[in-house]
Amino acid sequence: MSRQKPKLAVHKFSSCDGCQLALLNLGEPLLQLPTLVDIVHFAEAGPSDPTAKVDISLVEGSISTPEDVQRIQQVRENSEILVTVGACATAGGVQALANFANRNDWMSAVYTDPDQIETLQTSNAIAEYVKVDWELQGCPINSRQVIGLLRDLLSGVRPREELQPVCMECKRKGLICTLVSLGEPCMGPVTRAGCGALCPAAGRGCYGCYGPAEQVNDASLLQRFSQLGLDRQALARRFHFIVNQAPAFKAAGERLKSGSHDRNA
Amino acid sequence: MNSQDPQVVSRRPGFLTRDALEKLFIVLSQLGYQILGPVVRDGAIQFDTLSAADQLPRGVSNDQQPGHYRLEQGENQRQFDWNHGPQGLKPVCFSPREVLWAEQSNPPVFNPVPPNIEPTAVVGVRACDLAALAIQDRHFLSGSDPDPHYRQRRESLLLIGVDCARSAATCFCASTGDGPALDGGYDIGMAELDEGFLIWRESDKGRTVIDQLDLLPASDAQLETMLQSTTQASLAQQRNLPDCDELLLLYKRLEHAHWDNVAERCLSCGNCTAVCPTCFCYEASHEMSLDGETAQMVRQWDSCFSATHSSMGQYQVRPTVKQRYRQWLTHKLAGWQSQQGRIGCTGCGRCIAWCPVGIDLTAETVAVLEEGSLDV
Repeated sequence: MSRQKPKLAVHKFSSCDGCQLALLNLGEPLLQLPTLVDIVHFAEAGPSDPTAKVDISLVEGSISTPEDVQRIQQVRENSEILVTVGACATAGGVQALANFANRNDWMSAVYTDPDQIETLQTSNAIAEYVKVDWELQGCPINSRQVIGLLRDLLSGVRPREELQPVCMECKRKGLICTLVSLGEPCMGPVTRAGCGALCPAAGRGCYGCYGPAEQVNDASLLQRFSQLGLDRQALARRFHFIVNQAPAFKAAGERLKSGSHDRNA
Repeated sequence: MNSQDPQVVSRRPGFLTRDALEKLFIVLSQLGYQILGPVVRDGAIQFDTLSAADQLPRGVSNDQQPGHYRLEQGENQRQFDWNHGPQGLKPVCFSPREVLWAEQSNPPVFNPVPPNIEPTAVVGVRACDLAALAIQDRHFLSGSDPDPHYRQRRESLLLIGVDCARSAATCFCASTGDGPALDGGYDIGMAELDEGFLIWRESDKGRTVIDQLDLLPASDAQLETMLQSTTQASLAQQRNLPDCDELLLLYKRLEHAHWDNVAERCLSCGNCTAVCPTCFCYEASHEMSLDGETAQMVRQWDSCFSATHSSMGQYQVRPTVKQRYRQWLTHKLAGWQSQQGRIGCTGCGRCIAWCPVGIDLTAETVAVLEEGSLDV
């Protein structure tokens, strides 16, 4: 990186803007940020220069239109380091649920004049189109992740990846396992930590919004959840939810939908 | 530790009525202890700060099965009729997450961040957890560089143990020799009867408290009931572990087919290691401020089931779940015998109850030992 302050851009594609809020909600570090980087493009916060060449681009959102495809190529060309943030950018987002259906049927059902809408048949992760240097998982990501990422990139070191499941965060926080003590199905054992076990802290099961943990044993989870009254189609929907296109969750959901566990049993 | 003083006092229990248990809390407070004790919270027994005896559970027992934990409200007045919740003393001494030291870059300074500790009395500690504490003590305190944070917390404790008068279905402390009756490692001992408590001092530290309780003499019948209760709790246990010599044979079963069987069920979630009162693995990493001027070295519980635990550089020593489960079980039940002088299991059964899919350490161990042939 140059001796000048590195240039930072924040780009938005198909998304709810929630991950950009992780930056705006940084608190005191938000005031430090402009002393460390030049924020040249971050439309939600003010600066707008979408075609600027930058050192770091944070990219929120999925690719869902032909225009998105053009724009992400340009962002890639203009960025030294490209980091995708959140479930949409890393795995297509909740809107990628439509990938499992026929998009034209849906558009005809919703819009009176669907021909006006220019869209791709699927919503896809940024990495399907351009090289991605790093990913932050989560829906939405949080400020702690952003600080860790930016600090590591500014220091020129490889950012740390969270690989443990949510269960480890639960136990460190002294939270009581909803699965064991309430019999409530929880996706924590197969979901990547990082959220701080938000849902179990509120007494409900994890629904997997931080994406797949390092190990995803859907067959064992199915066996357990079946005893708790959750059938395989219902478990498939838990995998095919917020992070439905992440390879491990996508494959788990497809195995469950097709009943391949039953055949192997 | 006071609890390990040579002049260990023999059990000469006195009697405390149930109503007079409050006196114990008053005396502990007057002596300057904060009190940690069992409370019912979020459907489980948890240790939390208490100020009075009436905050203890009443008539609460537990149903613990593989992957299953439920509290049950009974009609009796007993306050220690449960066995345990997901944690014993481990988080009290070995913090789940703590700052070890703080740093600043310009000028470079390293500052210790000592834990904020006050004398703490823990009421209602079980025999299995006292045995586990002794194991953790050996790990963190032996050698020339004892862990300063662990030591500060450990030395602040006054431990008030209680006999288990019943066993959960997941308990097997009798077969590891660690319960259900108290057997050292505590300062004050208690046994609960229908009409109140037998209570005795085990260390000089405990004597200061006991001397102020105005105990009544215990009857022979009460002493007999105490012994019978723990004997019955022991006989009622449904699970057990093979003896230590047999467990060493695990080393000869490293290629046993049953490891694959367990790996098919295991989620590699690490819950067993987090609730295990003897598991001591941690990771430590830098957490830097955004401007890079300050940093903290943060230590938190790790697990041999996590990907990073066996990672050296970019190389993972144990990439598969089968390897991780095998590592955990063989280390705990065989490896610890040469490292720690005993197995690393005290029979609390938490790894069975709090495993999301109910994997049973006792059953898996027997399956690996009994089925198939030796590797070598």
